[in-house]
Amino acid sequence: MNFDFSDDQRLLQDAVRTMLADTSTSQAVREVLEGRASHSEAVWRNLIEMGAAAAAIPEQYGGAGLGYLELCLVAEEAGRHLVAVPLSSSFYLAAEAILRAGSEAQKQHWLPKIAGGELVATAALGSRERYRAPAPLAFEGATLTGTSPALVDGGIAGLAVLRVADELVLVDLAGAGVSRTPVPTLDPTRPLTALHFDHTPAERLPAAEAATVAARVLDGAAVLLAFEQVGGAARILEATRDYSLERKAFGRQIGSFQALKHKMAEIYTAIELARVHAYYGAWALSSDAPELPKAAAAARVSATRAYVVAAEEGIELHGGIGFTWEMDCHLHYRRARHLGQLIGSEHAWRARLADELIKEAA
Amino acid sequence: MDFRDTPEEAAFRAEVRAWLEANGQKRSRPDEVFGEGLDEAARLAAAKAWQAKKAAAGYAAITWPKAAGGRGGTAMQQVIYQQEEAAFVVPGMIFEISIGMGLPTVMTWAAPELKARFLRPGLAGEEIWCQLFSEPGAGSDTGGVRTRAVREGDEWVVNGQKVWTSGAHFCDYGILLTRTDWDKPKQEGLTMFIVDMKAPGVEVRPIHQMSGDSEFNEVFFTDVRIPDAYRLGPECGGWKVMLSTLMQERLSVGGNLPTDLHAHLIALARKCAWDARPAIEDDRVRARIADAYLQQKGVELVIARGLTAISKGKAPGPEMSITKLVAAKAMQDIAAFALELAGPEGLIGYEALGGDWRYMQRLWLGAPGARIAGGTDEILKNVIAERVLGLPGEIRTDRKVPFRELEHG
Repeated sequence: MNFDFSDDQRLLQDAVRTMLADTSTSQAVREVLEGRASHSEAVWRNLIEMGAAAAAIPEQYGGAGLGYLELCLVAEEAGRHLVAVPLSSSFYLAAEAILRAGSEAQKQHWLPKIAGGELVATAALGSRERYRAPAPLAFEGATLTGTSPALVDGGIAGLAVLRVADELVLVDLAGAGVSRTPVPTLDPTRPLTALHFDHTPAERLPAAEAATVAARVLDGAAVLLAFEQVGGAARILEATRDYSLERKAFGRQIGSFQALKHKMAEIYTAIELARVHAYYGAWALSSDAPELPKAAAAARVSATRAYVVAAEEGIELHGGIGFTWEMDCHLHYRRARHLGQLIGSEHAWRARLADELIKEAA
Repeated sequence: MDFRDTPEEAAFRAEVRAWLEANGQKRSRPDEVFGEGLDEAARLAAAKAWQAKKAAAGYAAITWPKAAGGRGGTAMQQVIYQQEEAAFVVPGMIFEISIGMGLPTVMTWAAPELKARFLRPGLAGEEIWCQLFSEPGAGSDTGGVRTRAVREGDEWVVNGQKVWTSGAHFCDYGILLTRTDWDKPKQEGLTMFIVDMKAPGVEVRPIHQMSGDSEFNEVFFTDVRIPDAYRLGPECGGWKVMLSTLMQERLSVGGNLPTDLHAHLIALARKCAWDARPAIEDDRVRARIADAYLQQKGVELVIARGLTAISKGKAPGPEMSITKLVAAKAMQDIAAFALELAGPEGLIGYEALGGDWRYMQRLWLGAPGARIAGGTDEILKNVIAERVLGLPGEIRTDRKVPFRELEHG
């Protein structure tokens, strides 16, 4: 057993961290937050050029062919630096769906474009929860009609993979009958767009079982998002710790008060538990182990919880200043919510974990 | 990153499994415990016999150097042994203090002739050790001990009282923290000794715990004489000796969260009803099963990270404190939920309700102690805040004051 990343993997992580510290600054994230940009163009270009974003896409399809463990560490840094780029849409979801369910022709046509960054792809593969009417999309063998109500990166995407009933459908967004409506969102650093289709040409991803493929892709995304969540949680805890050492009240550093120390110890504990579940998930993902559904759900639930707790308590521990627009606390608060609901809620994934455990105990 | 055994690990696992199957008794149900139906003397004799067999086969102290009677193996081999042994009915807590705390302290601090005298019989289970640190006035604040040792020639004379001493009623030797200088600040006037628990003047009284068990004792010392050769570390160097022992304890206590609690919950939830349906079908019940897994598997994985660090020649840091913190509270929460599954009938003791409930009921009664032993939750949160996160230490007014001038509560 060796429960750690290799030195080479850590080197890649360091390189990504250095690049993101320079480019995914608070200012760069705020360009997107305040609507002056759709995403952080420089960050995106760098992640593509380093081969970091396409780490898990095989070389034959234009990717870096490194693997999932590398992509996990890239994700952790992305989370730390609140990157405002379509990493999860293009690489955790759309590319994975095409890789696992697409025909050889579809893979050869689309994956190199995604890997090289000339095309942003997005995906909606379904989750347990649903608010809007259950069948807003209809796929009739060659065309798609209806609305997908809230796609991350839908505004800049050139390609979408959508779950329509029992099928996975690939839609070229340059096709006829596509229109887009930006929708307001609680995390404007990751804008949402409604996509409308009116007899838009579309094709199936031919894998036999759409539900099985979607579940597998979502498991992988759960692991990768868990790394983003752990990265974000660790960063907001560090910032909060630093602030508590600077700020004084009642004649002392506020970080010397036991009520605050204990709260930070609890956040740290939640993060470390999430971290080990994420590592376990990374192993299961990278080795395609039968434990993946269980490990992915455990990573998803614990990382969602850890980031939400860190973000909520980060504001609380900063006091009034933490509630202002100028501080970055709310960026983490928003991002924690975004990542926590992007592929279904903590509760839905906890239910999935329970399903797996009960199945195993049968 | 790989969770599977390396070829060497797989070979060791096969060897251990073969030995256990030839020598041990496989568990027939998940909560079967060692020595059921035996009285304490018979259970102790059986436990010693098992430990002797285990030591002879080289599994009593896998990570210890060969010169000290160990196997010179790796931490990973130790874990593999424990994983395999978990399927067998073996003595629980009897030798844990000996091998986890007492003997390592002897190995680190005692003179060569004492090591030769104590290590082998300790490993073989012929002699059992206890740890005598806590006192009525010194629990989490271990530096507050008042048991007095006064030098008389080549001997020390000890008077005072210890408390919470696991197994003292069947132990042969103990490591004893005493105060030898009352004019130094609290942590600087302490000295550690080996004490013979059968020596004149040592009196052990069992403590009746809230669980109804008596695992712990009070130990009284009245003019107990200890040869100076039994001193561990320098005079007034006891604090450092104690810290080396406690780091071992936090690791070993942290590793004690069972990994199958969610499976017990599942088994119980299948037998109970909720809103006239099997409880296992209820989403609230399922959510708690998932959370139980998250906590116990999390602790297991944190330990796996620590072991990986050890196997690469790095020391696992104070961040390992989270294992004890998470494990003890998880035990309490999971057990309480298990009892709730049965509704009002869940209050009926397992003797009348059924053996299925023994495990969770005993876990629930033991959990409050687990949250205190080896450092309370609050102390451990301070450790994390100060030593991992670098936050300021607690304000202490007793640091530089001679011990005799401190107020005692």
